[in-house]
Amino acid sequence: MDKMNKKDYQKYAETKVPKPTYFKNIMYAFLVGGGICTLGQIIRNSLFKFGLDEKAVATGTSIILIFIGAFLTGIGVYDKIGKVGGAGAAIPITGFANSIVSPAMEFKREGYIFGVAARMFSIAGPVLVYGTGSSIIVGLLYLIFKKGR
Amino acid sequence: MEYLKAFIVGGLICVIGQIILDTTKLTPAHILVIFLTSGVFLGGIGVYEPLVKFGGAGATVPISGFGYALSKGAIEGAKTKGVIGAFSGGLEATAGGIAAAILFGYIMSIVSDPKTK
Amino acid sequence: MGSQTVKMENTVSIIGTASIVGPKEGDGPLKTYFDMILEDDLWGQESFEKAESKIQEESIKLAIANANLSPQDIEFLFSGDLLNQITSSSYTARQMEIPYFGLYGACSTMTESLSLGAMIIDGGFANNVVCATSSHFSSAERQFRFPLEYGSQRNFSSQWTVTGAGATVLSSTGNGPYITYITTGKILDLGIKDASNMGGAMAPAAIHTISQHFKDTGYTPEDYDLIITGDLGLVGKKILLDLMRKDGYDLSKNYSDCGIKIFDGVEQDTHAGGSGCGCAATVFNGYIYKEMMKGNLNRVLLVATGALHSPIMTFQGESIPGIAHAVTIDNLFS
Repeated sequence: MDKMNKKDYQKYAETKVPKPTYFKNIMYAFLVGGGICTLGQIIRNSLFKFGLDEKAVATGTSIILIFIGAFLTGIGVYDKIGKVGGAGAAIPITGFANSIVSPAMEFKREGYIFGVAARMFSIAGPVLVYGTGSSIIVGLLYLIFKKGR
Repeated sequence: MEYLKAFIVGGLICVIGQIILDTTKLTPAHILVIFLTSGVFLGGIGVYEPLVKFGGAGATVPISGFGYALSKGAIEGAKTKGVIGAFSGGLEATAGGIAAAILFGYIMSIVSDPKTK
Repeated sequence: MGSQTVKMENTVSIIGTASIVGPKEGDGPLKTYFDMILEDDLWGQESFEKAESKIQEESIKLAIANANLSPQDIEFLFSGDLLNQITSSSYTARQMEIPYFGLYGACSTMTESLSLGAMIIDGGFANNVVCATSSHFSSAERQFRFPLEYGSQRNFSSQWTVTGAGATVLSSTGNGPYITYITTGKILDLGIKDASNMGGAMAPAAIHTISQHFKDTGYTPEDYDLIITGDLGLVGKKILLDLMRKDGYDLSKNYSDCGIKIFDGVEQDTHAGGSGCGCAATVFNGYIYKEMMKGNLNRVLLVATGALHSPIMTFQGESIPGIAHAVTIDNLFS
């Protein structure tokens, strides 16, 4: 083994790791992700029936799905969904809720200020930073290109 | 019919994420940021809109849809209020969801404890 | 002896042990060997860290009682754990009031503590010492990985941190099993950056320490009833057996790994196996010690393996350094 250099060892170690069950993972990601989105569609249609306009429906659907994600995280079910669904559970907005609620619950033991509140965005922080930042850039670019016309 | 479209579009977006997860060293956190910013920029250049029209919730529920909402809000803000609008528009459009996440996160932490695995 | 090994000149005997594990470990293949199986991994405490501290404390007290001694008879306590500032061990030591050496060897802490405890007795500085360590799935997850309720998918090389503590009382008097040789490991880092492939990261250190042990002492794999690593897991095991064979050492007949033994990988869904300081500690103090006392195992090379990374260094792009300390435990002293 002394003759193996770092790069060779890393490649070698990779070969010893069992490969993911690709087909199964993809299938479950499709089913879980598709299912959550279909639920979102059902919620959207129901909100339209209440007479809300597009903007209110969009926000309302987000809020309801976030509640569902938060609730399932609270009762200890969402992590099981995530284990099976992988990206199918992480990518929908319910996964966003899970990534905020799970640290909030976890760090309660350090108190409500330094635990819950301070650590709540430890996983979702990048989403807010990069989302907000890039949206501002898009808005500014729009102004530049509009003025340029 | 639209439920089927939502199912397929949403499912496929998640499948792309799963493939990246399983074949690269990228983590879920990377994937979320990539999908989010893709949604922002695709929304900005007008490419995400047709996907939303076709797939409905299948395009808006994934995190890329959140990005799309952010960029749509930023552009509308820029249209109506100029530079200030570019800054505030994105968050304005998504404020409801973010506020909900904060509140529900806090409430759930009061009400529940993490379970032993 | 040689470059990394020392031989005990005087008898250093194990006179008492204890192993306490959580519910999942208590459901595994070794369940009949543990002294205590908890039903609740919080053990009535308010947090996982406090629970881990209590588990370690009770295992130390139980080992001392099993040795027919009392805490006042113990001259030194060597212990450590996975948490920042080795929190569990420090708060345990606060309760025990024994002169305390806190150690950080990550998952190699069991043999690190046994090594130092044995050396201090052999050197004539003490007659009775306690060597302990602990880990807890939930306290490790929240520090190193994700909140418990987060829905992430684990890949197949990832391991399950053991909830448990083990303690060993060493003495200058006693009838064995004896600690006879100690090979102290050097850190080896071959550039593995994937924190979910600990086995791959630690295997080089284990390979190096075990090979060096053989070179220093002149012994061969056949001289041992069991050569067992702490937590290389299924991936690390493959790498170790393969690379050792290429170096001329055939370990296939008597090699095992505590992480593989402690869980049923399929039934309990622990992927590559168990890990954590408590893994080697509970398997050694429970299974190995009891089998040695029965005479089913007479000469064992225990090689606990540790990954000495930190989450911050991983974010900074650093790779994972590994270390492995080996201790020979023999029913006969020579």
